[in-house]
Amino acid sequence: MMTASRIAKVALIGVAVAAMAACAPRRPVEGATGPGGADQGVNIPAYPGPGTGAIEGGGIGSGAPGSENDFVVNVGDRIYFDLDSYQISPEAYPRLDAQAAWLQRYPQVTVRIEGNADERGTREYNLALGARRAESIRNYLIERGVSAGRIDTISFGKERPIAQGSTEEAWARNRNGRTAIASGAQ
Amino acid sequence: MRLNLLLTTVAAMGIAAASLVQAQTATQSLNGGPSRQQAQQQPAQDGGPIEVEIDQGVLRPFQIAVAPFSGQNGASIAEVVSGDLRRSGFFEPINPASFIETGLTLANAPNFPQWTQIGAQAVLYGSVTPRADGRNDFGFRLYDPYRQCQLVSYNFTATPEQWRRIGHKIADVVYERMTGESAFFDTRIVFVAESGTGLNRLSRLAIVDQDGGNPNFLTDGSEIILTPRFSSNPDEIIYMALGEDYSRIYLYNLTTGRRENLGEFDGQPLAPRYSPDGTKVAFSIIRGGNTDVYVMDLQTRRLSRLTTDPGIDTSPSFNPDGTRIVFNSDRSGTPRLYVMNADGSGQRPISRGGGSYTAPAWSPRGDLIAFTRSGGGQFGIGVMAPDGSGERMISRSYFEEGPSWAPNGRYLMFSRQTRGGDTNLWMVDLSGRVVAQSGYQGRGSDPAWSPLLSETPANLGRGGPDSCDT
Repeated sequence: MMTASRIAKVALIGVAVAAMAACAPRRPVEGATGPGGADQGVNIPAYPGPGTGAIEGGGIGSGAPGSENDFVVNVGDRIYFDLDSYQISPEAYPRLDAQAAWLQRYPQVTVRIEGNADERGTREYNLALGARRAESIRNYLIERGVSAGRIDTISFGKERPIAQGSTEEAWARNRNGRTAIASGAQ
Repeated sequence: MRLNLLLTTVAAMGIAAASLVQAQTATQSLNGGPSRQQAQQQPAQDGGPIEVEIDQGVLRPFQIAVAPFSGQNGASIAEVVSGDLRRSGFFEPINPASFIETGLTLANAPNFPQWTQIGAQAVLYGSVTPRADGRNDFGFRLYDPYRQCQLVSYNFTATPEQWRRIGHKIADVVYERMTGESAFFDTRIVFVAESGTGLNRLSRLAIVDQDGGNPNFLTDGSEIILTPRFSSNPDEIIYMALGEDYSRIYLYNLTTGRRENLGEFDGQPLAPRYSPDGTKVAFSIIRGGNTDVYVMDLQTRRLSRLTTDPGIDTSPSFNPDGTRIVFNSDRSGTPRLYVMNADGSGQRPISRGGGSYTAPAWSPRGDLIAFTRSGGGQFGIGVMAPDGSGERMISRSYFEEGPSWAPNGRYLMFSRQTRGGDTNLWMVDLSGRVVAQSGYQGRGSDPAWSPLLSETPANLGRGGPDSCDT
């Protein structure tokens, strides 16, 4: 049933579809500064560099090299997405590069990429959208040399918000992908 | 525990019912879920007055006097009937404090002028009478005081604790008699009860009578529960659950409490819905970031893939004869509604407008498809014909989603979230004229309306010398 043009579309999916989705929002949002990428900087939460993130007190072993805490605190487990987009934004490259490097340093670790969406979408569609985000991260890590067999994915849709409230800032924080340690951390 | 609901007609003028036609409905589960769940904490009961927004300029609701029934729980039964009728938007029950005649008995007709004087267009009254077998007779009559004739009479026989359900059955009889539409009050709602916020949010599968009565939790909150839906058998539901590292679809029997995993899939399953005959389940599987629609035969467990394009294809919903499926796809760039044959052939878009269309639900009547549409910073519930024509929005707010049809195809329940606030269950009629919070006032989402628990009896007492039909 696939036509030639359909096959061509499939071949281009990594670039064309991602770009299309990014600039074809499924709904306008109040307070948005405009269409396209004009407000991207506003919507993307700041990425703390290594060592500048909040560090909570903890027992011995907190942040020990190769531990889950090490990964969360010193590498960072989440990256954020634009409205309706599942394209990895350039701001996220350093963090994902660091994740890939960390995972190569600790090859026994397996991860589960969790895709998340904001509350401004319907439940089932958001699950599918979250899955695309998780897959984007998975593909990025594979490109950076992490073996596919170490990476599982799951979408939580809008079911696991990390920020409360109905604000642009909360929505931006809730559009994320989290690299969760599944096993093998010290 | 399974109980029989025995239906018997009452003789036109109060003659003993025992000798007359008896009709027994299918056995029904009436205990609101397995008994082991009764000990759990109950969801919120009715939390305040019912608000029905009615545009008086369009239609003046029918003025009905529902007199307190005599006998055990008689006043409460009248309240259940009044609440149902009011929420339908077609009726405005008259305040009982204004009644002139009191103490009506089934043996007598009402004093008609005393009811027309207070503007009653119909008078409902009845009694609850204990029987030798421990059950009760719940008899009632509905009169037109202007024409001075009887519209309908009937007697239900059931155990005393079934009084609330009998109230719904009586409301169904009145609704059918006065509107010509089919019944929908003797139904239940499965939904996701919510508590807590953010990462501490707790979601539990819950069930409640259509009017908010008899709420019960069915899960303990250890999984995130999503999108429960009924089978054509009101004892069977299907839902999705999210754990820390898994996503499953469960089949669940409300009477036995038995839960079964639909299967382990290569990918993440979501969006389950039964076929109308209950033999198949349509749902989606996410694989490699791509979401497609599948159908599984519950008997053979054979899985068939219905969509193959790289877009998101989800939220399948069958038409009433099971030959077609409406679903949601963003293959064109934005989410739109598509219809296909049940084997996946003939896929074509039906939605025509801008914005995004998601979460379609095919009416049990077959004539309409309900959906969620967003745009302009708002979300709304709308309906369209299966070919996409005649689209109209019937509700709109900051956020609402997931319409589920009442079995008569005249009402929809959905969840609505206020900005930065709670999510609750709302109900709207097809005209969009009656939009109100549902009978269940606690926090909840993803409501699914059950089929009728039992059919309204066909042998209603409409004969006799004072019948409006003769």
